[in-house]
Amino acid sequence: MSLKSAVRETLTGFKSLLTGMRITAREATKPIITVQYPHETLKMPDRFRGHVQLILDPETGKSRCTACGLCVRACPSDCLEVDGIKREGEKKKSVTEYKLDFTKCSLCGSCVEACPSDAIEYSKAYNVVSRDRDDFAKMDLVKDLDAKAKVWAETHPTPPAAPAPVAATPGSPTPATSAPAPAVATPGSSTPAKAAPAPVAGRAEAGTPGSSNPATPPAPAAANSPTPSSSIANAAASTGAAAGATPSPQPESKTT
Amino acid sequence: MSFLALEPIRVLLYLVGICAFVGGNAAYLVLAERKGAGRIQRRPGPNEAGWAGILQPLADGIKLLAKQVMVPPGTDALLFRAAPLMVMAPPLMCLATIPFGDTVVARNLNIGLLFVFSFGSINVMALMLGGWASRNKYSIISAARVVSQNVAYEIPMLLVVITLLMITGTMDLNEIIKQQAGWFWNWNVLKIWVNPLMPVTFVIFFTCMLAETNRAPFDMAEAESELVAGAFTEYGGMGFGVFFMAEYANIVVGCCLATILFFGGWQSPFGALSDGLWGPIWFLGKTYALIFTVIWIRWTFPRTQFYSLLNLSWKILIPLSLFTLLLTGAMMKLPLLFK
Ligand code: SF4
Ligand code: SF4
Repeated sequence: MSLKSAVRETLTGFKSLLTGMRITAREATKPIITVQYPHETLKMPDRFRGHVQLILDPETGKSRCTACGLCVRACPSDCLEVDGIKREGEKKKSVTEYKLDFTKCSLCGSCVEACPSDAIEYSKAYNVVSRDRDDFAKMDLVKDLDAKAKVWAETHPTPPAAPAPVAATPGSPTPATSAPAPAVATPGSSTPAKAAPAPVAGRAEAGTPGSSNPATPPAPAAANSPTPSSSIANAAASTGAAAGATPSPQPESKTT
Repeated sequence: MSFLALEPIRVLLYLVGICAFVGGNAAYLVLAERKGAGRIQRRPGPNEAGWAGILQPLADGIKLLAKQVMVPPGTDALLFRAAPLMVMAPPLMCLATIPFGDTVVARNLNIGLLFVFSFGSINVMALMLGGWASRNKYSIISAARVVSQNVAYEIPMLLVVITLLMITGTMDLNEIIKQQAGWFWNWNVLKIWVNPLMPVTFVIFFTCMLAETNRAPFDMAEAESELVAGAFTEYGGMGFGVFFMAEYANIVVGCCLATILFFGGWQSPFGALSDGLWGPIWFLGKTYALIFTVIWIRWTFPRTQFYSLLNLSWKILIPLSLFTLLLTGAMMKLPLLFK
């Protein structure tokens, strides 16, 4: 190694070291990009496959499942169990029991595809944890649905009549996308503290543009106001756009 | 006051102060390191214990203290236990001679520089003993690496120090600082009329200091991806903790020395405001700036290979430091010839 090349190598090496230090210094001044997990959670992408869950029909507050059993037959791992009854005055059967053995489920998606009534979907729950095996071996999806239905009932106090498309036309120029979001925050689920205000804001948003009723200006009250036509119209508009009925940012944790 | 002025009391107070300084630094530099690493990697670093993670060192300390200090069977128990002490004691002793301000020094020796370097090199022996006594192949490989690395880097470092000694003409650390009084261009690092390669000398010194304290990118002694934890593999609990603290204490000493030798110690950069309380402020400011550079370097560069580490020293740093030594000598003596 001649002296000249040694000097040149040293100088270029030193310069590259300084370049490296400049890069790290620049990165150090940029904002933090990691998610502070227990305090913050990521919104799962639309294609995320959590365990199967029953969809709560935002119009009726009930499941659309007719207990036809096609999903049971479609499941290659034999992990679904469905039972239903025929209620008085209803054309189709309605589901009374829907058990998922998540320990066997391969998340293949055959059940979701097989369902003729569009009654099941993947949940967005990714931090499912429990000390009890049965919480996964015998996941009671009807129970989960009932919990959601209860919240739904609170936010939709009057049983809706036929959805009035008239109300939707002038009042709501932009259908708020997160109208059914409060329904997701099940009472039992440990929703992160930071994420909690989000559905409330969404609810206020949903209520205010649609409500032509000047008597209810406070935002949270607007959603609960007995003018369900507008919010239902919003909800109906949103179900078409958003994937299923749960466009929620926070995961529903399946804990005991 | 007269009681405090008594020599034994004064020394005792300084001793306590230095121990507290070293302990506090070791604890909080770990946090600073982790925070700095976090920022560079665009994450917040430890932020759960206390406000922004301010209590993290305490939590780490409690964790380490609660662990059992195991002496594995087959080790040389005496050396195994002695090594952490030997690695911790030298930086404490070195700090006794470091002048933090004009009058803030525990013991001002007229051979302070020699003292610091002679005690600084005990660190190598302690790491070697720790590695040897552990009776673990990783530890022994690490010990061998530490020795060859430190031998390689001691030479350019001492050559640089000799260059500085030729310029300053004294080993008294406080005297060296006083010679750099005035504006910042009087600092040794910028005295290019004495030797145009003065900044290069500083870079050599700094590189050697990183290597001597076994810091990344020269952390061959720890090299966790190759050697588990190197010389510390068999140490648990506070035995490991002391090694860890000693690493930071050595960094503090090294950066203090760099500040004294190259950046004018407690002198302010503009010739005024360097007496009384200002001295320590300038001194610590400069020292911590260097320490943060050390942390910054660690999280920028990956660990070097061992042979390129030795190549750097033997093929580049030693010739370069010899050259600066000769150049300084020539520049000091040649004008005398033409008088
Ligand atoms: S996702 Fe596949 S395995 Fe899981 S329940 Fe549905 S059909 Fe069965
Ligand atoms: S989920 Fe769908 S396929 Fe399965 S029983 Fe209900 S309606 Fe039938």
